[in-house]
Parts: sequence; structure tokens; C-alpha cells
Amino acid sequence: MTTTDAAPIVPSFGEPESGRKLAIICSKGNLDMAYPALILANAALGEGVETHLFFTFWGFDMINRKTMGDLKFTMLGNTATHMPQGLGGLPGMTAMATHQLKKAIAALDVPDVPEFLQQIVDSGGHLWACRMSADMQHLGLDDLYEEVEDIISASDFIEKTEGAQLLFI
Amino acid sequence: MPITTIDGHHIQVDAEGFMTDPMEWTDDLARTLAAQIGIELTDEHWKAIRFVRHDFADQGETATLRRMSTVGGIPTKTLFALFPQKPAKKLAYVAGLPKPRGCV
Repeated sequence: MTTTDAAPIVPSFGEPESGRKLAIICSKGNLDMAYPALILANAALGEGVETHLFFTFWGFDMINRKTMGDLKFTMLGNTATHMPQGLGGLPGMTAMATHQLKKAIAALDVPDVPEFLQQIVDSGGHLWACRMSADMQHLGLDDLYEEVEDIISASDFIEKTEGAQLLFI
Repeated sequence: MPITTIDGHHIQVDAEGFMTDPMEWTDDLARTLAAQIGIELTDEHWKAIRFVRHDFADQGETATLRRMSTVGGIPTKTLFALFPQKPAKKLAYVAGLPKPRGCV
């Protein structure tokens, strides 16, 4: 035990305006590849970091109203499941693997994708959709999750995230 | 474990300054801790503090932001308004609890 008479020990919560920014590019539409971005974005926001997510290519499935609640997880091509690869190709295996993963995620009280996006927005996060992906899939803002702020070009995103640390997932 | 003195209160804290003995916490101390980080407690702050204290006594763990909103019924937006920038850690500090351990 030590006793300190000096200045009180108070945690440092950082500078109010540190200017730290994080940009996350979400390019995958698999259930297991959606979560790293969501969890890191949520963590960054909780640390007071300005956070922007850019959804592009398959990542569009995370914000497309038709698919966002129905992302899938497959064993195919994923050696990290440590199961024979042939199994993954059997009918119903992707549905089963998806069901198991969703159950495991829910058991940790981690929200599903749409709810997680809402939590990120409620925490002050920004969601952006990629212009080229929207054009390729013939989708407009109305087809996307309502909290997506806009459909923007890659250069607009680069401009918005000047000085940010960047994650490509 | 250091003991620090804040405004006449002697409390045990960890290296960062978070309290290590929830029993040492009092309402009056909460006001003192909040003042240290520039927060003046309102009824809404107290609602959040009461929830995390109660939940910690129940679960043995500090609630995450998600748990505060889904179980405690305090919207995420409100938490960010009450405890700006780092709501989970600031609330834990004022409530005399360890930092939340969970990722989400």
C-alpha cells in the first residue's frame, strides 16, 4: 500500500477534441466479415474517435435493405473451420453454419447487423455507400439502410476522411 | 494499490485511477469524481449511475454501452450526451466501478 498526498489520481480520458479519425472500408458481404468492421467501429466511437464506414462491392450487402438481415457464413474455402472442405458444399451446410454463427454471436449479446448499424449511428458513426457499387447493382438511397447518409464516390470518401487511420476489410 | 485523496475522500484506486472497492463509493463521492472529469450530475446521470451500480452488484461486471441501452433502457445517444466522448469509461469511473471488459 502506498499513500499519495500529491495530486489525486484521476483517469485520463484524452483531449476532448483529439481529432482522431477512423475510416473503415467494408468490402465483404459474408456474415463473418461484417462483424470485424462493426465491432471496431463501435469500439472506436466509444473511445471518442470520429468514425466513417464506407460500404463497397460485396460490403453493400451490409446496407442493402434486402440482404442486411440475411448475411451468410460458409465453410467453403474457409480452412479455419477445421472441417473437411467437401462438407461445406453439401446442401444446407451454409444455412446451418450461418445459424450456428448467429447463435454464437447472439449468445454474447452482440446485436445482428441492422441493429449494430443503428447502434453505430446512435454513437455518432457515419455510414457511406459507394457510388460505383450502387450503379453496378442499380440501387438508390431508397434501397439502402435509412441511416446511410449518402451515396458518394471513392474520392469523396477519401476527402471526408482526411487524416484518418484506415482499415480495409 | 494506491490510495488517492480527492476532495477529502480517501479511496483505493488502480494505476489509472478507477476505484477498486465499490463499497467505498457514495453518492457524495460520485459528485466529486464527476467534477474531476468536468461533469455535473443531473437526474439523468443518476439514472445511468444507479443502473450500472445495480447491474454490477448483480453480474459482477460493468455493463457495456449496449447493455446500458438494452437492459438499462438508457438510449446510446443519451449516454454520449451525458458522458461525452467516452461514455462507458466515464460512467464506470463516476460510478466507482472497473472499466467495462466487454467489446460490445
